[in-house]
Formats: sequence, structure tokens, C-alpha cells
Amino acid sequence: MSEPVTALKGGTNTAGFASVTEIGPIGMITLRGRLSEKAITKSAVAASGVTMPEQRMCNTQGEHGIAWMSPDELLVMCPYAEVHDRLADLQEKLAKHHALAVNVSDARAVFQVKGEGVREVLAKLAPVDMHPDQFTPGMFRRTRLAQVPAAFWMTDDTTVHIICFRSVAQYVFEVLCVAAQPGSEVDHF
Amino acid sequence: MLTIHCPNCGVTAEETEFHAHGEAHLTRFGPGSTDDQFESYLFMRRNPKGVHFERWRHQNGCGKWFHVARCTMTLEVFGSYSAQTTEPPQDIIDIIKDRRPDWDGLEATT
Repeated sequence: MSEPVTALKGGTNTAGFASVTEIGPIGMITLRGRLSEKAITKSAVAASGVTMPEQRMCNTQGEHGIAWMSPDELLVMCPYAEVHDRLADLQEKLAKHHALAVNVSDARAVFQVKGEGVREVLAKLAPVDMHPDQFTPGMFRRTRLAQVPAAFWMTDDTTVHIICFRSVAQYVFEVLCVAAQPGSEVDHF
Repeated sequence: MLTIHCPNCGVTAEETEFHAHGEAHLTRFGPGSTDDQFESYLFMRRNPKGVHFERWRHQNGCGKWFHVARCTMTLEVFGSYSAQTTEPPQDIIDIIKDRRPDWDGLEATT
């Protein structure tokens, strides 16, 4: 099998007040279906290895995780090498349910932004209240970063993970680097 | 700038996370209707100065549709409600009547 290649081959920029790194590849499965059906959430829990998150939240543990994407959509995350097996297992479990599970790992790019100023980097780009009381680790937010759709969550107070479409990976990387440029700190939070 | 609440996912954000898709609560005229009805369904839209009902989509968020009642003059947002309805719910109408006592209702202006 050929080697998986990420959009920016793991590009990184540590020049700013927060470091921007492309991470991954991460195994990602989009699961759509009625989330009130036990079978659907149960199979998502089994495929990810973490518990089911509340609305607008995500549960992650290392590379494993579930993110709440919309009232009928979950994002299941797992190590890239395991995604085919986990997807096959998931599809088998959901064969008799009205649900859709698709491997989207290669359609996405994942970034990690790390540093004291991460809240500021995001606040410059997304229409989201990044105040520490309002956006806490564990929350998951689908929104836009400058001009493109993206989703992010904080694993701790100084680390944020961002998912965007692979086709806009270069744009997101550069816009994050600009937002983190030294000297551009606003020191709002 | 409008601050809009998405009733589907519960996010409240400013308007650039959403997208407006025009007037709400249109009656669809298809096969069997007169040319005038079909033309008005396709092209004729209200352009009120004041209370307006619109369809919105949470474009960069959950991707779901919903309705918003707002004022086109003051940009006040009265509230948002489910897309699965053909008329504004009573609580939204109550809010509008409370803030715009001289508003004469959805039907009067169509």
C-alpha cells in the first residue's frame, strides 16, 4: 500500500507567538444518522473507543475521538492505519439502520496550534467568543477561519486542533501563521 | 451586523457564519397553477421596511436550515425558529407585536 501523504507534508511554523503545525494523517469517519437511535451512537462509541459527547462537544483521547458535528452527524476519529477496519466494522453494525458512514481521512487536513496565545489566533479568524469562560477544552465548534469552513476544539488551554478541507490546507496554514505573527499580539484574553 | 441563533445546533454567532436565502413562507405554485401565480412564486418578493421573515442556513456550521424574523430597518433580530413550519410560531409573533405594536401581521403585507 502506498504511504499516506498529508496536504502540507507536516509543515510547521514556530516563528509566531503560537506554533502552527500540520499533524496527521488522522483517521476520520463521517457518520450520519438519527443520533437519538441507540444503535448509531453505540456503534460510534465502539468505533472510536471514547464515550458519546454532548451537543457541540467532543470527546478525544489521543488519536481517538468523537465530535458532535450537527444534529444528525458525528465525526469519529481514530489512528489512520485503523480507519478501514473500523469503518468496515461500523458499516456492518449499521447495515440494518438508516445511516451513512464514510471515510473522509484523505479529504481533510488537521492542524495543531500551540502556545499561550492560541485563543487570540482563533479569535482573529473565527466569529467565535474565545474567552476562557466561554470556550473551554472539550467544546467543538464548526465555523469559518477567515474565508473557509473549519472546525476546532481545544485539547487543553494552550492547544487547539483544527480540521479543514484538504484543498484549503495551504490557505489555513498561512492564515494561521499570519494571525500568530510576532508583534501582532492583542493581549485581549 | 446581525447576531443570529441557530435553533438546530444552538450556536449563536454573527451573520458571516450563516447565509441568508431570501423570503420565507412562500406558497409554492407548480404544475396546474396560472402563469401569474407561477411568475409571482418564482420572481415576486416582498421588500418590506420593517418586520421581515427570512430563510437562513448555518453555512459554516451545522449546515442546517432555519427561519429568522428580523427588522430590515433597525437590523433587530426578533428570533429564529425551525425550518419545518409554514408560518411563524406564536412566541415569535408575540415578541414582534411587543416590540412593533403597529405591525399588522404576516398576511397583511403579502
